[in-house]
Formats: sequence, C-alpha cells, structure tokens
Amino acid sequence: MSSFGSNLVLRMNPADKVFKDRVNELSGENVDLCFQCGGCSSGCPMTQDMDYLPSKIIRMAQIGLEEALESRTIWTCSTCFNCEVRCPRGIDVTAVMEALRQMVLRKKHNEVSLDDLSAEELRELPQIAIVSNQRKLTA
Amino acid sequence: MRIAYYPGCTLKTNAKNFEDSAIASAKELGIEMVEPDRWNCCGTVHALVKDDVMHHLAPVRNLIRVEELKEADKVDSKQVVTLCAMCYNTLKRSNQTFNEDADKKQKIHDVMYKEDIKYSGNVEVLHYLEVLREIGWDKVKEAVKKPLDGLKIAPYYGCLLLRPRGIGIDNADNPTIIEDLIEALGGEVVDFAYKQKCCGAYHTVHMKEAVADLSHNVLKYAQDAGADLLITACPLCEYNLGPRQTQIKKQYPIFDSIPVVYFTQLMALAFGLNDGATAFEANKPDPTPLLTERGLME
Repeated sequence: MSSFGSNLVLRMNPADKVFKDRVNELSGENVDLCFQCGGCSSGCPMTQDMDYLPSKIIRMAQIGLEEALESRTIWTCSTCFNCEVRCPRGIDVTAVMEALRQMVLRKKHNEVSLDDLSAEELRELPQIAIVSNQRKLTA
Repeated sequence: MRIAYYPGCTLKTNAKNFEDSAIASAKELGIEMVEPDRWNCCGTVHALVKDDVMHHLAPVRNLIRVEELKEADKVDSKQVVTLCAMCYNTLKRSNQTFNEDADKKQKIHDVMYKEDIKYSGNVEVLHYLEVLREIGWDKVKEAVKKPLDGLKIAPYYGCLLLRPRGIGIDNADNPTIIEDLIEALGGEVVDFAYKQKCCGAYHTVHMKEAVADLSHNVLKYAQDAGADLLITACPLCEYNLGPRQTQIKKQYPIFDSIPVVYFTQLMALAFGLNDGATAFEANKPDPTPLLTERGLME
C-alpha cells in the first residue's frame, strides 16, 4: 500500500478490499495507479452537477469506500471520455464510473424513468437520446 | 467505389437530412453507399464493463451484414462507413473487443450459431470523414461548384469521433479532419476551445437544464470566436446544440441563436446539389436566412 507523508500507512479492512477488487474487475482498470493529480476532474464537463469530483471517486475506490455507490457523480458522468484521454496514468476513469453504475443497476435500480417525461418530450427527443439514456441509466 | 453503409436509427428519422446529404454528396465523389437489406441497433453505447458480452451482439451482428454484402459482391471491400458518431464508436469498439478477447469472441460465436456467416473479425469500421480523407481533400475540392466563400464555420467534434484513445478518427487534442474539409469546401475555419467538449449527450432526456448549460458553452465559445454556424457529425450533438436552443434561451435570455448543420449538408451545398440533398428544412434553428444572405442559396 502507498504511504503518504512521513509514516501514514493505510491498512484496508478486508470488506473494503472486496469492493475495490470488484471495481477493478468490472472496469478492467487498476485504480491504485491513480496519484490524484486531478486531471480528470479539471477536464470533466459535468462537475457542476456532481457531489464528488471524479478524482475523489477514484480515491474512494482506492480505499474501498462503498459510499461511492451513493454519489450523484456516477449518474452525472456523461461518458464523454475526456478523463480517459487526460489521465497521465492511463486509467479509463469513464470505465470506473460505469463499473460503479453497473454495481447499482444490477440490483434492479432504474435511475431514469420515461414515465416522468411528457408525451410531447417523448415525441420530440431523437431515438438516439432515449436509447442511449436507457442503456446507461436503467437496469 | 461501392462501400457498405450502416445508417443507425436516428438517420432514418430526426437526422434524415444527415443521411440524404451524405448519400448525395458521396455520389458526387464517385462513392456509392450500399445499405444492407436488414440491420439492427448498433448498440448505441459501448459496454464499458469487462464481463458484458451481451451488448456486443448487436454491433457484431451488423458487421456480419457487411460480410454478407461483400460475399454477394454488392460492395468492393469489407469496409463499412457510418455517419453517426455513436454508431461509429460502438461498432468500432465492439469489433476491437471481438478481435482482442478470445473468450468473448467464442461466446459471441456460440450465441450467433444461426447466422449463415461466422464473423471473421475482418470488417473495417470507418466514419464518412475518414473516407473523405482517404480519397483526398483535393478530390473533394474538385467537386466544389459553389465554394462557401466567407462563411465562418466552427467545427464541432464532440466526444465519440475522437475518444477514447485508439478509437478516434483524429488526434484527440488537436483534431484537424473537419477543418481540412471546411477548407476544401472553400469555407473559413473558426477554431474554438470547446470543439471537443461534451454537449451533455443522453442527459438531454432527464437533465435538460444541465445539457443546456454545456451546449450553451459550446455555442457561446463558437460565437465569440466569430462563427456564423457550427457543423457536427452526430445526431445527438445536433439535437443538443440545435433544437435545445429553445431551452438555452430560457436559461440564458441574452443568448442569440446560431445555426447548427451536419457537415454533409455543407458538402451538398458546396457541390451545388438541390434542396432535396441539402435538406436544410429539418434544421432548427433554420440556417437558410444566413445562407441566403451570404449568397449561397437562392
């Protein structure tokens, strides 16, 4: 485990490690590569609607904080891949966000319901918007 | 040249103007875009989690349709051209996953045992802009009958034409492919900082205020840089930057509308094609007053 400053060493609770390993397994990434430069957060276009910055979500995954699953951030990510091209450590942050979303969606969670839209909105929206929205944000 | 063409859902409805102008402009360049007799959803978004096999089936099935076209000698190569940036991205990424992940490849074959063709992995997924670059900007220039003189055009790439690494059609930070096209058409390139920033994408369904914020940034930066209009290659970007200007106006009352059209529509215009090919009537806001004022339309 990395150490920060003089003698701070993080020892992980085994349950937290299970969470972190699952994030890595689903995303195909290694969140431990992140050194918290914040590049993903600075380039992210959606941060104004997020509770935690993307780099903070990665930090939460590193230390196995399952609270990441309750954040607004994972649903606000628009999978634009700006973070993916910016990350100097080669982490696909977008895939980590998707892994976190999937961990929630696979418990039959629907983040968006089309029932909330008016008939007029449904008529006007192009299919590409509706299909991609439902693919990303519903079980 | 006969090349397989994968349209995708929105090209047949909201973005019919994209399809019509692309097919007509390609014809002028000697390219015949051949649509398979049947095709299905591209998958819309790439499945980013590693244990997902199911969502690669739809894209791979479309690539089988391309191999069928080649076997029937209806196209000249095992290439497929797309117009929509999301279709391009999804088909290309699934093709890559199929070729790089032996386990997924086997599972995909197992599920699709009823297909006549066992997918080889050899189809090359291209975006129309790449086809243009391949045949050469000089050739595009030769087809121009009515150069877009003095028209200040901001190229908007959005996300999925450029990202992620290894998938994009050009350099993710400094793309030039749309700029090269604008120059070939005789227009003036307006470079601006937000050309590859996200428009808000599918959040337009349930977070239209947030999408309007993002799209406003893109449009405002283009306007401040002096653009007369923006061009795009994605039906979702077109929706968020075009028709969503009604929502932007609600949040930013001093915002002035600016036309957003598909790059293929300006090709059709510069090639001197008729109204059926340019198909500007479907664009919101209407670009025709601007183009008429500049003497580019009657």
